[in-house]
Amino acid sequence: MNFHPFILPFSLGAIVLFAIIIYKYVSWIKKLDRKQKYFVNKNMFTFKTIQATGEVIREALIHRNIYKKNPVLGYMHMSLAFGWFLLIVVGKTESSFYAGTFFEEPWLAIFFRYFAREPHEYFMATQFTFIMDFLLLVVLSGVLLAIIKRMRSKFMGMKKATKHSTFDRIALSALWWIFPLRLLAESTTAAITGNGGFLTGSLGNLMSGLPVQALELPLWWAYSTVLFAFFVALPFSRYMHIPTEVILIFLRKWGATAGEQYSGLSDIQINACSRCGICIDACQLNFAADINNVQSVYFIRDTRYHNLTDDIANNCLLCGRCTEACPVGIETTLIRQQMRNKAEIPGKHYYDYADVPDCNSKPEVVYFAGCMSHLTPSIIISMKKIFDAAGVKYWFMDEEKGLCCGRPMRQQGFVQQSKDLISKNMRMIHSSGAKVLVTSCPICYKSFRDEYVLEIPVLHHTEYIEKLIDSGKLELKNSGKSIVYHDPCELGRGCNVYDAPRAVLKEIGELRTSELEKENSLCCGGSLSNSVIDLATQTKIRDHGLEVLTASKPDILATACPLCKKSLVHGNKVIVKDIAEIVAVNIVNKKQPKKVQTAKNMNEFEVSYK
Amino acid sequence: MKNWGFKISKPRVLDFDTANLDAYNRLIEKVPSAHRCLMCGACTATCTANLHTTFNFRNCHLMFRRGQFEGLAEELDKCMLCGKCKLVCPRGVNTRAIIYNLRIVLSDLNYKKIEL
Ligand code: SF4
Ligand code: SF4
Ligand code: SF4
Ligand code: SF4
Repeated sequence: MNFHPFILPFSLGAIVLFAIIIYKYVSWIKKLDRKQKYFVNKNMFTFKTIQATGEVIREALIHRNIYKKNPVLGYMHMSLAFGWFLLIVVGKTESSFYAGTFFEEPWLAIFFRYFAREPHEYFMATQFTFIMDFLLLVVLSGVLLAIIKRMRSKFMGMKKATKHSTFDRIALSALWWIFPLRLLAESTTAAITGNGGFLTGSLGNLMSGLPVQALELPLWWAYSTVLFAFFVALPFSRYMHIPTEVILIFLRKWGATAGEQYSGLSDIQINACSRCGICIDACQLNFAADINNVQSVYFIRDTRYHNLTDDIANNCLLCGRCTEACPVGIETTLIRQQMRNKAEIPGKHYYDYADVPDCNSKPEVVYFAGCMSHLTPSIIISMKKIFDAAGVKYWFMDEEKGLCCGRPMRQQGFVQQSKDLISKNMRMIHSSGAKVLVTSCPICYKSFRDEYVLEIPVLHHTEYIEKLIDSGKLELKNSGKSIVYHDPCELGRGCNVYDAPRAVLKEIGELRTSELEKENSLCCGGSLSNSVIDLATQTKIRDHGLEVLTASKPDILATACPLCKKSLVHGNKVIVKDIAEIVAVNIVNKKQPKKVQTAKNMNEFEVSYK
Repeated sequence: MKNWGFKISKPRVLDFDTANLDAYNRLIEKVPSAHRCLMCGACTATCTANLHTTFNFRNCHLMFRRGQFEGLAEELDKCMLCGKCKLVCPRGVNTRAIIYNLRIVLSDLNYKKIEL
């Protein structure tokens, strides 16, 4: 039998590692909620599983997404993960050939060169030796890059590297040592027996002056011991992302989605975070306001180790930039909302005092302006004008006595209160019998889409205006102004509406692009979701955003959110208008040309426009 | 009688033996802008909840500042956290953060995070 006591640390480590991983997998899967379990059962034995396997290879081994973000960082991950994986697979094949059976000792592949001392005596021995040396070289190059990254993370295109916990440090140091030690151990053996390849053999030759006989065993012991350290630290360190990402990819392909409450899937997601730190660079709180301890990577780490504070959980704009940037696809903002959730009192109602009206006209459209639009009355006036010009019969649902849509409550974790508001608003909407709900506020829009159960479709006013133009009900003239469009977080990343606002603006003026737009657009800083930062910090975020948005010196900065408008307007840098306002002053009204000219309240716009 | 949306309060004397002024200092630590409030009432004038009921955030803030917590928790439950008050405040007070924190501090419900 091929045995030596130095294999014991490795074997023990491997057993501990597998036991812990299986335990964790089982407890997470048990914690999945009903809907998630349903989808897993439904899709487990379908084509989706094969697709997921392909994705595992692309993401967990080759790291295509990181590669796209940053080629050097991608190569580092790929050489470590894929290289190591191939080392195991090829090593296992080699040792099976050597032993002449598939069921040789499981450690043989790991310490192969020590046991296979007589060179070139099995099938394709030379080729195997060459491949194994080559793979080792690839992995070593990855390790080298990792060390360089630690020292100067700027080189990899990242501004901030992540701070580490104790287990991370143990696992990281072990990881750095595994492959150099393997190289040294194999080389000493090669110096003694001559079984090395182009790498280990040559290094072995160089070592011939050293007392290789005395060095050989200690080096193999050291190699086995660092493997032990890495395996045992792994489940408690960031490297848990390696086995967890695999199960996450499968669950996602099977159709499990994160809900409003923390579940097993959330556990899996936070364990799948590799703490790569890409989200730190994406976060405006970091690069515009110099707050460096609240980003998703820290939030996830604190959640995982159960020491999350309220201040960290609440200090986030929920802008979604980090979710967009995360190469693993972790739903960072959703998990943050789950962690903000508060206890509920069954049966309690909070807003019984509100006596909301039912609709008694028979409108085509229900219009919900939203609380924030009431602070920007010009948006409301413009929408009224647009409805009238298109001859649409509408009911302005929150004109006099409206309620909040419920989303701000939910974002702070008061789910019960939010549901209370939702049920009241839903009753009002359905009382109208209208065919479509239009809203001016992206926050409400997101809430209507995701949290309400509505019988009618909901449109943001930009989408609605686009439809009016397409159907010929609304005709606009080109104002000749240059316009840059600011994507509101909730409308863009939140609801994936990028094209409708742009299509409308192209009708009215010359649409210019800005450096960061669509998925990469910035938050205006006014987000309600952050209950920690003060006005001064919000101002920094806003000013930085304005800087980017107005780089091309447009006549007008357009947006589609009353809250964005309110915060950007105070920057006093450029004329800021909601799309509805720009549309309202550029309507071509053939039927009643006189009425438009005499419409008094519209003159204000014309003036402030110039 | 017509409900005008406000009432005349009984005269109140601040009793320094019973009033808990310490709580306000803790609030200031969490929301430093709270002390900038000049009690102008703009927040209440714009308040969404105030459209429907007599809820008055300015008054709640004042009560808390004076250490008078009676009935405050139920009163704050009326707020919808919509954020209008924060946007209109001329002094840049993070009113919404005040309400959020007061809710957590004052509620009977131990607003702990959901068990993991
Ligand atoms: S959340 Fe995503 S981007 Fe951020 S550190 Fe984790 S894996 Fe990287
Ligand atoms: S959601 Fe926005 S503010 Fe929050 S951590 Fe992510 S990037 Fe930063
Ligand atoms: S608007 Fe601001 S300053 Fe005025 S009472 Fe409200 S919080 Fe105080
Ligand atoms: S957040 Fe609360 S107090 Fe402020 S305006 Fe909205 S409902 Fe009123």
